[in-house]
Amino acid sequence: MTTSAFRWQRVLLYAVLIIGSLLCLFPFYWLLRSSMMDLAQIFEMPPKWIPEPFVWRNFIEPFEQLPFGRYFLNTLIIVVGTLIGTLLSSTIAAYSFSRMKWVGRDKVFAILLTSMMLPFAVTLIPTFIGWQSLGLINSYAPLIVPAFFGGGVFNIFLLRQFYMTLPRELDEAVFVDGGNHFTIFTRIILPLSRSAVLVIGLFTFLNTWNDFMGPLVYLNDESKFTLAIGLQQFQGMYTAQWGVLMAASLIIVLPAILLFVIFQRYLIEGIALTGIKG
Amino acid sequence: MQSMTETAQRRQTISKSSLSSIRRRENWLGWLFAAPAILGFVIFVFGPMIASLWLSMTDYKVASTPHFIGLENYRNLFNGTDAFFYKSLGVTLYYVILSVPLQIIVAFFLAILLNQKVKGLTFFRTAFYLPTIVPLIASSMVWLWLFDPDMGLLNVIMRALHLPESQWIYSETTVVPTLVLMSLWTVGGTMVIFLAGLKDIPDHYYEAIEIDGGNALHKLLYITIPLTSPTIFFNTIMGFIGGFQVFVQPYVMTQGGPNNGSLFYIFYLFREAFTFSNMGYACAIAWVLFIVIMLFTFLLFRTSQKWVYYEGEGR
Repeated sequence: MTTSAFRWQRVLLYAVLIIGSLLCLFPFYWLLRSSMMDLAQIFEMPPKWIPEPFVWRNFIEPFEQLPFGRYFLNTLIIVVGTLIGTLLSSTIAAYSFSRMKWVGRDKVFAILLTSMMLPFAVTLIPTFIGWQSLGLINSYAPLIVPAFFGGGVFNIFLLRQFYMTLPRELDEAVFVDGGNHFTIFTRIILPLSRSAVLVIGLFTFLNTWNDFMGPLVYLNDESKFTLAIGLQQFQGMYTAQWGVLMAASLIIVLPAILLFVIFQRYLIEGIALTGIKG
Repeated sequence: MQSMTETAQRRQTISKSSLSSIRRRENWLGWLFAAPAILGFVIFVFGPMIASLWLSMTDYKVASTPHFIGLENYRNLFNGTDAFFYKSLGVTLYYVILSVPLQIIVAFFLAILLNQKVKGLTFFRTAFYLPTIVPLIASSMVWLWLFDPDMGLLNVIMRALHLPESQWIYSETTVVPTLVLMSLWTVGGTMVIFLAGLKDIPDHYYEAIEIDGGNALHKLLYITIPLTSPTIFFNTIMGFIGGFQVFVQPYVMTQGGPNNGSLFYIFYLFREAFTFSNMGYACAIAWVLFIVIMLFTFLLFRTSQKWVYYEGEGR
């Protein structure tokens, strides 16, 4: 290949990548820009790139019109509860499925794995009826409690893959020193799998933070709504109030982005990990 | 002599019994450690699944006793009594068939580009991945604004370029393609998985092609695609399963409209269950979806033997 042809290829490569990434980032910019404009600025033609002046009121409006502070707190309660449940139960289950020997272990795990293929719609209605008969509709229990029962097969699967890579000799050393499975789990496996646990924690946080259908199905009282449901309410009230709507959206997006920026190395490795075994 | 063998024998039996007691203990402990997950499966997956199958054969509505009606719900779905069923199935299939291949192609293409030892890899990867972490409800708001036919940026650009404007999500014919376009914004997740698959291909495979005088196209066709075919397969299945379960976009952006043009399957199911309280009927709708997804997955698995290459298996 001649050098000039090679150079042209590189130029083309970077051009595609730069244009592509700008297209991906553009909606973020448009969200940010529109969130700081009043209606007159938003509807100005041709569109302005930078708000002039910056309208900060848009960010106050959601808190005045709807209890966005309360929604924030509610979302946080659900997220923290789900995180605790998921991390506790998925690590213990993964330990049992990877480092303990018991009759029927692999068969049981294979059965659990099949639930990944099951669309949530199939279990949605009976689960809803079940919670209803317990009188727990309009509470956070249906959103948090399931996390304490295994914390999602997918998470168990990921952790199990990771635990299986840790050398067996570690366990034997603990047994020789008179330790038991609990010691191995807390002193050896958990500390060694910190990065895998972190990835699962991050995914769980994002999934719960972003969850729309769960709260939509189970929460009725406005005072119990999450941010996602609150935003949807807001949209109903403020059709075409784009500035305020964008500001409210930004309030939900920011924590997710912040978390991503801090932990992005782990997240990207984690998502890559999920595909490898496919 | 005899006593010695006796002691040895006894020791052996002791160690054997203590070993088996350890085994038994481990057996018991293992089940205990896995118990929450197993219970969770029984309570939140298996139990509801069976209940759902039974409910799908009843006329259960909220606050009424369910009556067994056999396959009537299914009959009503398939014989066209409920026109929305075929409509929603059609809309969803249209979306899936359009979006999955496009997503795979775009994600694969971007991953190949990023695998060319580019400078600023971290920046590009972050930029492409970032949209996937945005709550769907929030991205729906942003796209709703961008798609606005009068004031939205997309039509402003079209106008400026003297191109025909589109009604985007506000027209029955363009709503699904528009949502497919929106779904391309979040191919970053699939791209990252492809990128990991590409990184696993050893360099000397490509060198072998170079020595044989092959070009970039040969590398793509004979090395890259065969060796990443398990990842392509995985992403295709995940894409199908995800595509069949689109809900937030129709619920928030279009309410299934215009004129049922975006009556996605799960949106239709949700409406039957929670707006019209037809719980039994909605369960039948859910089971049809389950069967459709199983059928698709089964077909993909069957064809996969022809095109998915697993190392060490020699095709």
